[in-house]
Amino acid sequence: MNEARLPEGTAPAPAEGAPRWPLWEVFVRSSRGLSHVHAGSLHAPDASMALRNARDLYTRRNEGVSIWVVPSDAIAASDPDSKGSFFESPQGKDYRHATYYTKSEGVKHL
Amino acid sequence: MDHSSSLGGDASASATRITPGFALRPEDIALAAEQGTATPGGDVADYALRLGDDALILAQRLGHWISRAPELEEDVALGNIALDQLGHARSFLTYAGSAWGKSEDELAYFRHEPEFRSAHLFEQPNGDFAATIARQFIAANYQFPLYRELSKSTDPMLAAIAAKAVKEVDYHLDHSTQWVLRLAGGTEESRRRMEAGLALMWPFVGELFEDDPLIAKVGDAGVVPSSLKEEFDRSTGAVLAEAELDVSGHPMATGGGRLGRHSEYLGFILAEMQVLAREFPGAGW
Repeated sequence: MNEARLPEGTAPAPAEGAPRWPLWEVFVRSSRGLSHVHAGSLHAPDASMALRNARDLYTRRNEGVSIWVVPSDAIAASDPDSKGSFFESPQGKDYRHATYYTKSEGVKHL
Repeated sequence: MDHSSSLGGDASASATRITPGFALRPEDIALAAEQGTATPGGDVADYALRLGDDALILAQRLGHWISRAPELEEDVALGNIALDQLGHARSFLTYAGSAWGKSEDELAYFRHEPEFRSAHLFEQPNGDFAATIARQFIAANYQFPLYRELSKSTDPMLAAIAAKAVKEVDYHLDHSTQWVLRLAGGTEESRRRMEAGLALMWPFVGELFEDDPLIAKVGDAGVVPSSLKEEFDRSTGAVLAEAELDVSGHPMATGGGRLGRHSEYLGFILAEMQVLAREFPGAGW
């Protein structure tokens, strides 16, 4: 079949079980001096296309001056089920906050 | 895909600052014409009409990909490029129309097929993704040097429109280059399709670089098409060589778009593009 005769703009449906593009996580920095912030994720065949897709998807409204993309597989995430042991331990440990301490007399610029 | 809620969640986060920025808009051009500060002469208006029609027809073709691209991300990329082209078309048509007391909409929606001045390349059917990429590859390699040179035009408005457009076309150039390389170097099937796409589109290269009497009349306000051909050959040649693709054997079509002689495709594009405006003249939302 000559693809010139394909109905216009018709992409062939991907075959069952065909490999999908891998997932990438996108980090956008809005201006110098600030850090990159996670903006979302996208699919792309490789890193340089992921950067371009990120530019199209996440900097449409002048949001950024710099983009990072990271393969989602490369990110190790904390386990949502171990929230207790991971994140509740600091509770009640007031001494980890500067405000816990009273300022010594005569100390300036605090 | 829509992570706008997470973007807007934290006011101090770096990805939340949204500004439209500043750039020349078609509304500014219309205002300048209204105030009589920038109105093109007849020849420059005819020239702007050409550039506007190229961009308008390409935008209409590319817009057809929305919801039909191989991946959602590519859907957005092609949609972005279509909107960039539409923006260029609006600026050129607004400026051209100001010479004749016509709005961009009157020019886009209420002209007949022989009055359109677009080159044949832009009305070629989308075909498959590779055919669209082949058309984009040619279009961007043509428009990039064209707009870069036009930004030095003696006509300040054409220069301003081109200076804005060239930055956007720079990206279209990169997008199409990336895809030509990937499709050519991907699978046997993707390479076959890339070759077929180039075979479909390459015959329409010739018309883009033909000079005609209007070009001589606009002088330094415009860009001589034939003067861009060497750079086109060099820039496309470098990518095609890397992709190990050969376009040297393709014949050239006769063209005629600049005279209003179009292929069988333009009428259908116009029918779809113009039907709403003609059914409900002056409709807005």
